[in-house]
Amino acid sequence: MDSSVVTPPAQEAPPAAPSQQPQPPRKGAVEGSATWRLSDRIGLATCWALGLLFCAIAVAIVVYLLLQGIKYLKPSMLVTPASGGFSQAESGGFSDAFIGTLIVAVMGISLALPAGVGIAVWLVEYGRPAALARITESTIEAIAGIPSIVLALFGTVIFSSTALGFLSRTSEGVVFGRSFFAAAAMLSLVALPLVVASTREGLSAIPQHVREASYAVGKTKIATVRRILLPTARPQVATGAMLGLGRIIGDTAIIVVLLGATQNFAPVGSAFPLNYLRGAGTTLTNFVYEASPTGNLNQPQKAYAAAFVLLLMVLALNAAVDIVHRRARKAGTWSH
Amino acid sequence: MDEGYLPEDGPRWSDQRAERLLGALVCAVVGLLLALIVTVFVHAWPSFAHNGLAWFGSGGDVEEQLNQIYLSGLEGAGYVYTFHAWPLIWSTLLITGGAVLLAMFCSLFVSVFIVEFAPERMRDVLQPVVRFLASVPSVIYGLLGVLVIVPFIGNHLVTEPQKASVAGVISLSGYSLLAAVLILTVMIAPLMISIFSDGLRSVRPGWLEGSLALGVNRWRTTWKIAVRSARPAIVAGTVLAVARAIGEAVMLAMVSGSVAFAPNPADGLIFVYEPSRPLAPTIVKNIDSLGSAPSNATLFAIAAFLLFSAALFSLAGWVARRAMRKYGATA
Repeated sequence: MDSSVVTPPAQEAPPAAPSQQPQPPRKGAVEGSATWRLSDRIGLATCWALGLLFCAIAVAIVVYLLLQGIKYLKPSMLVTPASGGFSQAESGGFSDAFIGTLIVAVMGISLALPAGVGIAVWLVEYGRPAALARITESTIEAIAGIPSIVLALFGTVIFSSTALGFLSRTSEGVVFGRSFFAAAAMLSLVALPLVVASTREGLSAIPQHVREASYAVGKTKIATVRRILLPTARPQVATGAMLGLGRIIGDTAIIVVLLGATQNFAPVGSAFPLNYLRGAGTTLTNFVYEASPTGNLNQPQKAYAAAFVLLLMVLALNAAVDIVHRRARKAGTWSH
Repeated sequence: MDEGYLPEDGPRWSDQRAERLLGALVCAVVGLLLALIVTVFVHAWPSFAHNGLAWFGSGGDVEEQLNQIYLSGLEGAGYVYTFHAWPLIWSTLLITGGAVLLAMFCSLFVSVFIVEFAPERMRDVLQPVVRFLASVPSVIYGLLGVLVIVPFIGNHLVTEPQKASVAGVISLSGYSLLAAVLILTVMIAPLMISIFSDGLRSVRPGWLEGSLALGVNRWRTTWKIAVRSARPAIVAGTVLAVARAIGEAVMLAMVSGSVAFAPNPADGLIFVYEPSRPLAPTIVKNIDSLGSAPSNATLFAIAAFLLFSAALFSLAGWVARRAMRKYGATA
């Protein structure tokens, strides 16, 4: 049942790939569970059962959505906008939702990435005064803990204020505060803590002597950061960005509140890219929410199709994180 | 400045300037958080001020109250703020508490398994699985809940006599505490597992070896030494999971039944089949009434309550971890 060896818990953060371990774990002198008391063996069995249960849940989710996706997803859905209709066959596809997800992802991460990297650099490389550094750390933790529905409500306040009202639809002086700008700004706050944490981890894993070598050849601090530290920490920055992206495309509460209860783009004005970004819209998560039996559309087949597309995006992001990790480990950067 | 000295980083990127710029960015984010807290509480104030402590109490039909609040805002003459949130708070407590307890049990065993007992190959499967479960969007969990779990509970678990016994009060269709707790458990357990296993890995090997050398078996060593000294990590993971569970809105709006009803455990086990609605989904469901001033205040009051309780849990976690610092393991 249990054949692994008594190894001291690995010190590296993720259990390192076998190739990287200094030597293969010792074999022999293994204490099997056969001599244990019954209660201990029941405990070990529980471990196995729960571990297998989680695997089964993951497999079930993927396989079930795959089957439903194959059954209901038609490529035409990705290019047909949603339209009114009485049956699921008449009501078009979800192209606007698909494009909306891409827009939101690009806008959100292009706000969160520079901000997150900047904050991480400040925390690791500058961090003075110390009190401000401590406050910043707690702030990032707090932002990570704020429910996204609260962020969404906050967004309705700041984006319907007169100062930022021009970013979304206004009618007779009433600002609705619903636009891609509003949603992306709040979603970037969702992604921010992940980018900061990951970048920070990467930067602080770089040994001090690297910085000293750079200063010794006359580089300034910020030049060291830009030319040496950030390129070295690139795998972590990329990981943080992709984790952030995953949260952005998966978030629903902010989209439902700040992007709108529509299934089509609702452009405002005529200046091309801006009119769409200032208007309300939709994303895949919003579409799934509305198309589920508890939503307003109630088209479960389309909900499955859209959920399948969403799941594929999430799986792709996960795979990308894995590839980045594996490459970085092979290249042997300090942080791995 | 000598241009040849630092060719690619001209004076535009001077050190002081960069530090000031990054410092300004940091201050802006800190300011944003403060603005958020202040805004939420200021907007929530009318609701709290009119209800006082009764806001947290029970009494009346919450749906009816929300409707009255909304209508009074449209009429514009004399806002109504009366709101007694107890059924929503109780539902949040039941669902969050149930899911966190269940997830804590599962996560402890799974993370012990990952760190100590799983064979290499099993570990290589489990870790990506946990990461995958953490990254599935909540709306997909909600969809699967509505289309798979809820019908299963409604058709197979709830018996006809049970449905008949509460027919006059509430209908048992599968949208239930049970569905909400089970799905929420799967959502928050991955978060706990990853933090718990980081904690277990950072236990000093010498402590474990000492115990093993005394002839204590691996299972007992793990539970008595590793899990105990990883307690700060366990607290940290639990706090994060609680915050996540309190704030989960969309999935719960889909599977919890969306009825402001307070299931009573005194009724026997049937209460797990009863629908309810926690606080966060209430905001999502009533979001269209934001335009009415008293509704706006009420929804912000719910948000303020969520924010406050999340902060309270973080504080409790911080205090607990401080007390456990002597165990050496970091969280």
